[in-house]
Amino acid sequence: MEMYRSHIMICKGTGCSSSNSEQIAKNFEEELKKYNLDKEVMVERTGCFGLCSLGPVVIVYPEAAFYSQVKPEDVHEIVTEHLLKGRVVKRLLYHEAVEEGRLKSLNEVNFYKKQVRQVLRNCGVINPENIDEYIAFDGYKALTKVLTQMTPQEVIDTIKKSGLRGRGGAGFPTGVKWQFAANSKDDQKYVCCNADEGDPGAFMDRSVLEGDPHSVLEAMAIAGYAIGSNQGYVYVRAEYPIAVKRLKIAIGQARDYGLLGKNIMNTGFDFDIDIRLGAGAFVCGEETALMRSIEGKRGMPTPRPPFPAVKGLFGKPTILNNVETYANICQIILKGPEWFASIGTEKSKGTKIFALGGKINNTGLVEIPMGTTMREIIFDIGGGIPNGRKFKAAQTGGPSGGCIPTSKLDVPIDYDNLIALGSMMGSGGLIVMDDATCMVDIARFFLEFTVDESCGKCTPCREGIKRMLEILERICTGKGEEGDIEKLETLARNIKNSALCGLGQTAPNPVLSTLKYFRDEYEAHIKEKRCPAGVCQALLKFTIDEALCKGCGLCARNCPAGAISGKIKEPHKIDQSKCLKCGLCMSKCPFKAISKK
Amino acid sequence: MKTIQELEEIRRRTLQTLNIRKDRSGTRIVVGMATCGIAAGARPVLHAIMDEVKDNNLSDVVVAQTGCIGICRLEPIVEVYKPGEEKVTYVRMTPEKARRVVREHVMLDKVVSEYTIGSEEKK
Repeated sequence: MEMYRSHIMICKGTGCSSSNSEQIAKNFEEELKKYNLDKEVMVERTGCFGLCSLGPVVIVYPEAAFYSQVKPEDVHEIVTEHLLKGRVVKRLLYHEAVEEGRLKSLNEVNFYKKQVRQVLRNCGVINPENIDEYIAFDGYKALTKVLTQMTPQEVIDTIKKSGLRGRGGAGFPTGVKWQFAANSKDDQKYVCCNADEGDPGAFMDRSVLEGDPHSVLEAMAIAGYAIGSNQGYVYVRAEYPIAVKRLKIAIGQARDYGLLGKNIMNTGFDFDIDIRLGAGAFVCGEETALMRSIEGKRGMPTPRPPFPAVKGLFGKPTILNNVETYANICQIILKGPEWFASIGTEKSKGTKIFALGGKINNTGLVEIPMGTTMREIIFDIGGGIPNGRKFKAAQTGGPSGGCIPTSKLDVPIDYDNLIALGSMMGSGGLIVMDDATCMVDIARFFLEFTVDESCGKCTPCREGIKRMLEILERICTGKGEEGDIEKLETLARNIKNSALCGLGQTAPNPVLSTLKYFRDEYEAHIKEKRCPAGVCQALLKFTIDEALCKGCGLCARNCPAGAISGKIKEPHKIDQSKCLKCGLCMSKCPFKAISKK
Repeated sequence: MKTIQELEEIRRRTLQTLNIRKDRSGTRIVVGMATCGIAAGARPVLHAIMDEVKDNNLSDVVVAQTGCIGICRLEPIVEVYKPGEEKVTYVRMTPEKARRVVREHVMLDKVVSEYTIGSEEKK
């Protein structure tokens, strides 16, 4: 390999790619050539650095200069100043990473300081399309160790002892799952990877696949050895084109090196992996539906038992783990179960990745040890709420989860605490909401999602959630009635108890948890026909403050419904029966005389 | 198919080039590359240092560049930072001198004192 004195790492995750990081990479290659630096400076396309809100991100080593929101036209300046003359372009640096004109180490930046990047250790550090770079950072060392020094039972015992629990949401102990599948006797078994990340706002699995695909492939091979399987499937949604492309490249390279296929590393162990693309149905993230989909059937859940470990894919014993779960395996094998168990809380070991989204400054991907509080994630790492607004609630677990209010911000995050709060870990989407968010509207949004995504097989889910949604829609449009809250609660309880799969069983959670913490908002909607956050349009009332109105007539001219009247230089009035509540008048008023309530 | 030994070889070889992405713990060789440095011939010096580092398989060495150090009349300037040691500043470098600095100072811990700024100033 050539020696390069400087490496330019350009994020090619989905976030930065969509803000044109490929053009930046191409510009770098061109400029470097122009200045004869292409033999000295290496351009690398990597996975996600986590700070997606600052994308496109470019990191230049050895200085570890963190350039944020880089534009293609900035590249010339970085090349001529930084790479040619050794002067870091301060104007483009992430402001947090500069201290008294000096570059701070990335580990000292607030966003990274409290993080423990174990699963994401290679994301943004290696080129995911080059297997050699993965190998350099201890890649395929765990597989070597397992195949040459451990029995399948020892592998399972190691995973059990580590305390690793499934990262897909429910938190089932991974080692126990593997044990069940290992105990099932059959001529054929399967190892599946669930990469059908469906929660709105969650993108950690995508980022792992994009940034470090081999870590998942290696772990699947280890799982295959542990349970006695020679075939794996990655079920990934077609909406993740970059992840799919990199997975394909990774599988190809692993086969070329004989790390997948027949007689791996001359040990006599055979294991291969194929990709199956999902069409983006949320229900296909449910394990039984996912396996039906791999079989080529319609993705609908089936009752359990029989569990997949006994009768799964094609009727054979199968283990199904989430991407992030697999991404933990190699580290556990190499560093030992004691090391893994030393991170986290009593019942939740290791780290968890969260995808921060919504009303938060540092939108992006963070990995924290279990037991970190929500306050640390949102305010220390996430940088707090933008536009000077106040925090109201954080939503975890997507459509299956619930809301965590301000009063619970200091609860350490782990599987059991989140359940106790009426939410759940889910895959790790974390949507932050500020005080301009209506909680009834949020519950309605999530139910709308689950109604759309329900497969329709069982009645509680197909009919029940729809009825709940209808009640919520009524409440949001000011037609709520006394007794609606109780009806919602009864329906929720029945659906939770009787739905066939996880989708239905957890669908009422957003309603239940918002009822638990924000019941007063529901009551305001129903009894006072008022939306305290000012979101539900039908309940809004726009009024003109006569004392502030100068009578300029701008609002009346802009009103599309002709609802505003008044003489010039005299206070105007809004006719509530005509008002469409579009808010145009409020945005046009130069004197801020119009308010909504 | 790769054997376990071949994998180990790939790991060793690749790690060498990836080292600079890790935290800086080893030796840093810094070349002054402002206009004054480049005009005085810093680029061939930089290339010589890179070649020497590569040829000797030095894995824990970072070659970096910096702007104007302020003593333009003594360019090209090369600074060597060894962990836990005082920085050593070499001046009026040529590719040949730079190679010697890598071989003697960086690899064998012997400062090439006749090239340092202190001895140059005494002349």
